[in-house]
Amino acid sequence: MKANKSSGIEFLFGMTALLIFQLLGEVSVRLLDLPVPGPVAGLLYLLVLLLAMGKFKRPAPESLEQSSLALLNHLSLLFVPAGVGVMVHFQRLEEEWLPITVALFLGVLITMGTTALSMQFLMRFFDKKAKKSS
Amino acid sequence: MQNTDLQTLWVYLSTSPLTGLTITLVAYLTAYTLHRKTGTHPLTNTVLISVILLILILEVTDTEYATYFEGAQFIHFLLGPVTVALAIPLFQQFAQVKRLFIPIILSMVIGITVGTIAVMFIAKLLGADLATQISLSARSVTAPVAMGIAEKIGGIPSLTAVLAVLTGIIGAVLGTHYLNLLKIKDNSVKGIAIGNSSHGIGTARAFTLNTSMGAFAGLSMALAALLNALMLPWLVKGFLLVTG
Repeated sequence: MKANKSSGIEFLFGMTALLIFQLLGEVSVRLLDLPVPGPVAGLLYLLVLLLAMGKFKRPAPESLEQSSLALLNHLSLLFVPAGVGVMVHFQRLEEEWLPITVALFLGVLITMGTTALSMQFLMRFFDKKAKKSS
Repeated sequence: MQNTDLQTLWVYLSTSPLTGLTITLVAYLTAYTLHRKTGTHPLTNTVLISVILLILILEVTDTEYATYFEGAQFIHFLLGPVTVALAIPLFQQFAQVKRLFIPIILSMVIGITVGTIAVMFIAKLLGADLATQISLSARSVTAPVAMGIAEKIGGIPSLTAVLAVLTGIIGAVLGTHYLNLLKIKDNSVKGIAIGNSSHGIGTARAFTLNTSMGAFAGLSMALAALLNALMLPWLVKGFLLVTG
């Protein structure tokens, strides 16, 4: 019988790898006093490793792909406990509901708008430049 | 006799982490089903519905958030590894990223700079206190990173997490209509803008609309986590210096 992929061992390998990289991130951030949060450092280390492996034409290990996809597919779920935390801050939100509401709504619109418009502009700009130079 | 039995049962249920974990999953699956049934309408956002359901349950049963979190922390914990997992879509899209590297990075830096200063300025103008202003600066970053940043720059981590979730919900609900209004057609541009403004919750929404938009949004939220971690300490320091 062939190895049974649904046995979940791939997922377990992938999860372990993710946790090891997070741990490396957390430890290095604390030891070197880096300005980024631990998981972001872990993300970078994993990316560098994958790119280095890619240089030797190695794809990302399937176990990592599987477990990452499983987590990313239900990303929304992971935000729920933090979201429920809103009840701890009801008093602050009641006192400052106006600045917080306006800032949050406009914050999304301004950040999204400036990012989208400037990227569209820059893509056209670099396209034209590329065409001119060729 | 029966009454005391019920009482001991209630004491068990109200203190066991099992309850917090279970109701979180049940609320999420309920919200998820509702979202499917309404044809993935943005207003039936799964995070929004789950959070409302859970707060109602906690208020009715007079349960403290800390008690609930004893169980919910097992889900919350996964935000760490999922941040690391963002390396995978980044790696898979790397050829695209390399091709569009300068427009992506530049537009994201512009979006973060303008957005952060605007948000802090609006909050200050309308009378929010300093801790709220600083916590708001990290609102557009995925929750675990936002909390880490807030801790470093003098915000309130748990408030920042809430503001980040609310921002994500707003982005997921309004995002696509707004981008259509701005006449943005390119899915890579839409994805980058969504990820940079409303992180994981916006990204989850983008994935339901279009895979390529979702991939770019995922990429953008990963880059945004990095860029914000590097930029916000300086941006906030500069803002506070100028506004006194």
